[in-house]
Amino acid sequence: MNVMYFAWVRERIGLPQEQIVTDAQTVAELVAELVAREDRYAAAFADITALRVAVDQELADFDAPLAGVREVAFFPPMTGG
Amino acid sequence: MQVRVQQDAFDAGAELAGFASTRTDIGAVVSFTGIVRDTRGDLQHMLIEHYPGMTERAIADIAKQAATRWALADVLVIHRFGALTPGAPIMMVATAAQHRAEAFAAADFLMDYLKSRAPFWKKEVTLSGADWVAAKDADEAALKRW
Repeated sequence: MNVMYFAWVRERIGLPQEQIVTDAQTVAELVAELVAREDRYAAAFADITALRVAVDQELADFDAPLAGVREVAFFPPMTGG
Repeated sequence: MQVRVQQDAFDAGAELAGFASTRTDIGAVVSFTGIVRDTRGDLQHMLIEHYPGMTERAIADIAKQAATRWALADVLVIHRFGALTPGAPIMMVATAAQHRAEAFAAADFLMDYLKSRAPFWKKEVTLSGADWVAAKDADEAALKRW
């Protein structure tokens, strides 16, 4: 699936998006998988309460299932307007 | 209903002059324009990042919600991204309705939701560095009004 990062999440991880093959069943499991990979992911996901997630371009919770999902995006709370 | 997400500048006055201009059955147009603010006098530019694809969907969804809640003749939302200089317009909303109460309420609702539910992120770039603008608790709390 396509995993995207925005704002300071993108800066900490060092890339805007990547293709990830995963068996993670939920967003939270995907996060745990990423955190275990490298320090930069651990730094980006250190405080999950400071992050929001979108699943296939809709805001979702971290317990959202990933079955059939094509795109997951992680970002800080939005500051539009 | 018009939603535009663009890098280019827009002319709020011209947009407003054209907005709902062919309608003769509306008595109220309300608009809001958001402008890049330099409160400390050291802002070089405001960098606005967004999530192409989700941004358009999220704004359209917010505008549809407004049109469901209030009897609106038309809605316009323009939001820019990229590097914007102090004083430049960032975004605007306009609402048209028969009466002002609906137009004001819908514009207020749109602004509250665009602030916290449209995937934009702002970074202030100054001579001394760059910082992401943090979302405010008050902005999230404002959604509970609706």
